[in-house]
Formats: sequence, structure tokens, C-alpha cells
Amino acid sequence: MTTVALPTRRQEEWRYSDLEAVASLWPLPAPVRIDVAAGESAHHHLLQDAGEGVAVVHDYAIAIADGGRCDFHVLNIGGRFGRVTLNVTLGKGAHFELNGAIIGGGKQTLEIVTAVTHAQPDGTSGQTIRSVLGQHATGSYLGSINVARGAQRTDAFQSVKAMLLDRTATANAKPELEIYADDVKCAHGATVGELDKQALFYMASRGMDPATAKTLLLKAFVAGVFDDMADEAVKETLEAAAIAKLEALV
Amino acid sequence: MLTIENLSNEIDGKAILKGLSLSINAGEVHAIMGPNGAGKSTLAYTLGGRPGYAVTGGGATFLGKDLFEMEPHERAAAGLFLGFQYPVEIPGVSNLQFLRESLNSQRRARGEKELNGGEFIKLAKEKAALLGLDMEMLKRPVNVGFSGGEKKRAEMVQMGILDPKLAILDETDSGLDIDALKTVGAGINAIMRRPDKAVLLITHYQRLLDYVKPDFVHVLAGGRIVKSGGPELALELEREGYAEVMA
Repeated sequence: MTTVALPTRRQEEWRYSDLEAVASLWPLPAPVRIDVAAGESAHHHLLQDAGEGVAVVHDYAIAIADGGRCDFHVLNIGGRFGRVTLNVTLGKGAHFELNGAIIGGGKQTLEIVTAVTHAQPDGTSGQTIRSVLGQHATGSYLGSINVARGAQRTDAFQSVKAMLLDRTATANAKPELEIYADDVKCAHGATVGELDKQALFYMASRGMDPATAKTLLLKAFVAGVFDDMADEAVKETLEAAAIAKLEALV
Repeated sequence: MLTIENLSNEIDGKAILKGLSLSINAGEVHAIMGPNGAGKSTLAYTLGGRPGYAVTGGGATFLGKDLFEMEPHERAAAGLFLGFQYPVEIPGVSNLQFLRESLNSQRRARGEKELNGGEFIKLAKEKAALLGLDMEMLKRPVNVGFSGGEKKRAEMVQMGILDPKLAILDETDSGLDIDALKTVGAGINAIMRRPDKAVLLITHYQRLLDYVKPDFVHVLAGGRIVKSGGPELALELEREGYAEVMA
């Protein structure tokens, strides 16, 4: 593999990154390869809970053959810099599903960057990302969907919602579509919001202390991400890690 | 129990309450009636501590403590319950979760033991039955998809579970049909008509007062109490209108 130059902010997929942290990891190792054979189903997950001050990048290259399916769950909460990238190529009638949560505080920079290529007809993909960001944290989702010429009847969506706990935190959401076929459905939505003040007062009026009320609202916000996990034990691990992180943030 | 003295406040720089005084003792039910824009809901929200409802003059003591020194959740733990005219929807949080966290937060604040899951469900079932609310409703997210009547019943179930000393009920009768009104009225009586509790009903209409008989009726207009009397005052208002009675 040839050495590639360090990324700069001019490159879209690195625009919001912590480039100093990236430099400390450079050059990055080759991505982890996941190949899903035709007609097969695969479940993968990543709990990125690196220790304080640590910088990590997890790159994945996923190829899903015709009629295959890959479900990927990510919880990105650890380290000073945590970047997860997924480069996905779908065969005919294949399905890719990403459910991810980013929860950050302090000065953390946490990113999920995806490039999903629908190379053949009848592929479907869904990406759901929920971010909760407090203090001076930056959380980014950059996701491109590429539909190749001839990849007719592609059906893809991206749903990105971020919740800011402090006005000093930053959320970036950048869904991107590049479509070369003419019979496709691609939906994307991105919102950035704050905790509902009416709900917080309603909860306080019932006696709930502010930390409990905020945690409950945030749990509800993030909850759906892990709902459909096949492995109960892994699901519980991810949920517990998410809750612990939320409780530490409020 | 609650003493309000010369209370004034502002919302967005606009004066709403202008020197309101009112005293409520344990065992009493008070009704506040008044025309639109008189400051009825503002009074309820101010007592509950809603952000943005700044007190500019006077004060209030609740069970011997300065009410406005307490945060909203501390007021609730001290025994204040605010019934909302428009109960808030909270997607993703079930009524049971919401109420258990609320009750246990209050109990922690008072230095009492928290209820475990089983104890809490037993209590919730009992209070839901009292108000004729299906337990299944309590498993659903707070007020999401509830009709107006269901929201008000759910509010009363909340009141039953939290067991406050003083309930301030802001237009709890709005949006209720006659059957729901009867049930809610009976619920208020069952939960709150006790020698150690008190109720402040805020309402436009006499009809709730047919089911929850007030000991005192006050007319709120222009940000202060302009007239007080017994239950007969409510009937007089219903018959003759606010303008006539206040003239």
C-alpha cells in the first residue's frame, strides 16, 4: 500500500475531524473487511469506548453480495477522537442497515462517516444516527449514498438527529446523494435540537430532579438505535454503556 | 397551607399578576374563576415555578417555607401538584417510567425509601382504577396520542400516585365530556378531600364545581382577587356573568 498524504480540511470527509489526532495515528492501517456472501445475513457491532485522551479510527470495508444483508450497530462514545468509517458496496437486492449513536462531552470529537454504494439494482439501505453532545464536544455524521447507473429501484434512507445539551457543543450532519439511475427512492432527514423545555418543566412539576429528567429524555432519544439487535447480551452491553455515558453528561 | 401575599409578576416584561393575595388552609377547597386573560393560568404556572414567570413583588409561603426559594421539583417534593390545562406529551417515555421516576425523586428528596417495581405497579393499578383509566394506557408514552379527556384522567392518576398536599388544578375540566367530568370530579374528591390536604381549582365554568364543592370562590380579574365568597358566588357568576358581578 502506498503512503497517502495526511488529510486536510479541504477534503470533505475530514472537514470536521481532529486532524492533530489523525496525524498521531497516520498512516492508518487497512480497513477491516467484511464480506457477506450472496443470500447470507450478517450482524456486526462496534462499541467505541476508548479511554480518555485516546485517539482511534475504525475503518470498515463491507461488501454485500446479491441478496445478502448486513446489520451494523455502532456506539461511538470514547476517547478524545473516535472515528468510525463504513465503506459499503451492495450487490443486487442486497440490504445494509446502520444504527448508530454518538454521545460525547468534554472536548471529544466523534465521527461516523459512511459511503454506501448501490452498485446493482434492487438494493436497499437504511442509516439511523442519533447524537447527544454536551460541553465542547463535536459530533459529526457524514454520509454519502451513491447509486450507480443501472442500479434501478434502489431504496435508501438516512435519518440523522442530534441533541445539543450545551450551546458550546457542535453537531454536523451531512447527508449526500449521488444518483446516476432514474428509478430510485432516496430519503434523508437531519435535525439538530435541544431538550424540550416544556417536557423538562412538566417532569420537574412532578418532582423529578433535573438530572433524572434529562437522562430520561435522552434515553428515549437514543433508545431506538439498539431496539432491533439480534443478540440480547450485546444489546444490553451497548445500552448500558450508552446510559452510563448519558448519566455522566447531564 | 398556602399563603400568597401581594404577588406581582411579569412575563416578557408585561405585568400580569398585580398584587394578588390569597390564603388556603388544610381541609379547604378554593375555586378561582375569572374572565379570559385575567391571569388564572399565570397564577398556576407562577406557583409551580415555570421558567419565564418572574416574580416581581410580594411572595408566597407553602407549609411554612418560602415557595419561590424552591426549584419546581423541590416544590413538588414538598407536596405541591400542578395540574396542567395542556398536559405535555413526552414521546419515548412511558407513563409508568415517568411516574416511578417522579415519585422516587420526591421520596429521595424527602429522605424516604424508594418504591421498587412491584410496589409501584400496585400503587399505579389502584389509582388508575380509581380514575377509570386502563393500565394499558399507562404503558404508553406520556400523553402521546391521548384524547383531551384521557390526558386529564391521566393527570388525576398522576395526582393520585404522587399524593400531594396541595393540588393546583388549572382548567382540569376543559375538554371533558359529562361522564369524564364526573369521574375526574370523583377522583379529585377521593384523592384530595381530606383534612390535611387542600385544592385550588382554576376554572372558567361552574360545572366542575357541581362535582367538587368549593368552600370558597374567588374572582380573579386584572391580576388580583376582586371578590371572594362562598359556593353561591360561583352560581351568581354563572347566572349573571363576570361583568355584572364585578361591577
